[in-house]
Amino acid sequence: MSEPLLEARDVVKRYGNVQALDGANFTAYAGEVVALIGDNGAGKSTLVKTLSGVIRPDSGQVLVDGKPVSFSSPLDARSHGIETVYQDLALAPDLDAAANLHLGREIYRWWPPLHVLNKTEMRRRAIAAFADLGVELPDVTAPVGTLSGGQRQSVAVARAVSYASRIIFMDEPTAALGVVQRERVLDNIKKVRDRGITVVLISHNMPEVLAVADRVEVLRLGRRVARFVAADATIEQLVGAMTGALTTEES
Amino acid sequence: MAGPAAGQEAPHTSSRAPVARGPRLLRRTLAAGETWVFGALIIMMAVFTVKEPGKFLTISDLSLNAQTAAPFLLMAIGETFVIITAGIDLSVGFVLVLCGVVAGEYYQSNGGANAGVGTIWVGVLIALATGGAFGALQGVAVAKLKIPPLIATLMGLGIAEGLSELITGGHDLSTVPNTLISSIGTGSFAGVQWLIIISFLATLLFGLILAFTRFGEYTYAIGSNPEAALRVGINVDWHLIKVYALAGLLSGLAGILNLAYFSTTTISGHPLDNLTVITAVVIGGASLFGGRGTMLGTFLGVFIPVLLATGLIIWPANQYLQYILTGIVLGAAVYLDQIRRRLRERF
Repeated sequence: MSEPLLEARDVVKRYGNVQALDGANFTAYAGEVVALIGDNGAGKSTLVKTLSGVIRPDSGQVLVDGKPVSFSSPLDARSHGIETVYQDLALAPDLDAAANLHLGREIYRWWPPLHVLNKTEMRRRAIAAFADLGVELPDVTAPVGTLSGGQRQSVAVARAVSYASRIIFMDEPTAALGVVQRERVLDNIKKVRDRGITVVLISHNMPEVLAVADRVEVLRLGRRVARFVAADATIEQLVGAMTGALTTEES
Repeated sequence: MAGPAAGQEAPHTSSRAPVARGPRLLRRTLAAGETWVFGALIIMMAVFTVKEPGKFLTISDLSLNAQTAAPFLLMAIGETFVIITAGIDLSVGFVLVLCGVVAGEYYQSNGGANAGVGTIWVGVLIALATGGAFGALQGVAVAKLKIPPLIATLMGLGIAEGLSELITGGHDLSTVPNTLISSIGTGSFAGVQWLIIISFLATLLFGLILAFTRFGEYTYAIGSNPEAALRVGINVDWHLIKVYALAGLLSGLAGILNLAYFSTTTISGHPLDNLTVITAVVIGGASLFGGRGTMLGTFLGVFIPVLLATGLIIWPANQYLQYILTGIVLGAAVYLDQIRRRLRERF
């Protein structure tokens, strides 16, 4: 493959006595869906937080386009085109979908320093953004808190897509959803990938991972222990790598 | 199969072409809290009018009620912003007194009753600055020191009360510039009292700011989910400080109005302003859990305790009954908000 878009090398992160990451590696290439899997406590969340600027590693390197970077905040990561859709979605339930989509970068009317919101324009863009993703929202002016879990997920994904130019991390995006809504989210992931944005999917759900990912990277005890091409992998192999029965890679 | 149709849970009407706009507007009007508050006000007026036909609901009585409401309205504007951030400001009436005292001291030592217009304006600015600074400090306590708003503003309440008593030695200052009394206090413009003009214009201005500007949007966002606001890069701490400063500033303006209207500092006259103001805001539909509330609701809400007080005097009933009733109304409004939240929210 070509040069990685985002790479972690020998990342170490310790919390007190807990070694969350113990020389972890991770690679994401442009335009793919790569699943990051691992058992509870394998270091998935810590690794994602490191790569999205939420925490700083004790040692090791993060590289974007092969160049070392140092993120001091999620806004730093965002400036590199990296976004995260958190498990809790981080939406404001009392604001409507259009407002949530534009939160923190509103569009103003008249004399912009007055900061008078252009709600019409924000709604128009929101409808366009949802249409681009193939998301059906009955009403972009309804408070997000009144939407279903799947619809809320769609709003969060649409927001991430409109911020992210290169990579989106999705932390357990289907964990709280029903079967139908789950399908919709997986569909969203493929659509995002088809727009040329790399998706890093963090998941526990093996069938789901194999259905949507191009590649799979497995973490165990703070290290990457295996990498698979999803089309050639089986659930047994993934579970084996997660539990330590199978190791294909020494780092 | 994972097409768009498969993931569709709700029967959808395209947002591009809202079908049946009229009924939706009607439904929204009926669902809006403001409609119910307005209805309650009408019923209250009707009851008091039927009881005492000659006294209630005359033009002079309505304008008297609006004048009484003026300082409450100003404090309630600030309280609305604070409550929408999921905070609370208990200090309002005490900051009002403190600002009146500080301005009163300035007037007393600068011309007293005969002070000129320039002095009066300086006194107004001093009151606004005192209120704004006091509020900002409470905001710092909430945002930076992470002291819960209830405690931070209870602390502020104590400090404001203590300062007022210290500065005056416990005696009300009654040397207020005559020009201030005859203009803001009792004067009118085009037949409308300045108290009403100032408080209504402030309500309109801050209502527009709340509904249509970034400041308002961030206020809702922070009250709705501070973590979400933080993650999109909103400076949550700074915004909270500004909101508490605004509440203090408006209490300061209320302090000037109060000083002008009563021509004294009324040190011990505002112990339950916070009860009245918080009740007004909550009746108006603002949620103590944050993220919800409107200025129209607050505007209507303020008149419930004010009309209640007038009505009880006319009835005639013991006027202290108003605090008991206001307390009960506050409890009922918060209880209703809890139920509404449980019914509507899936969060």
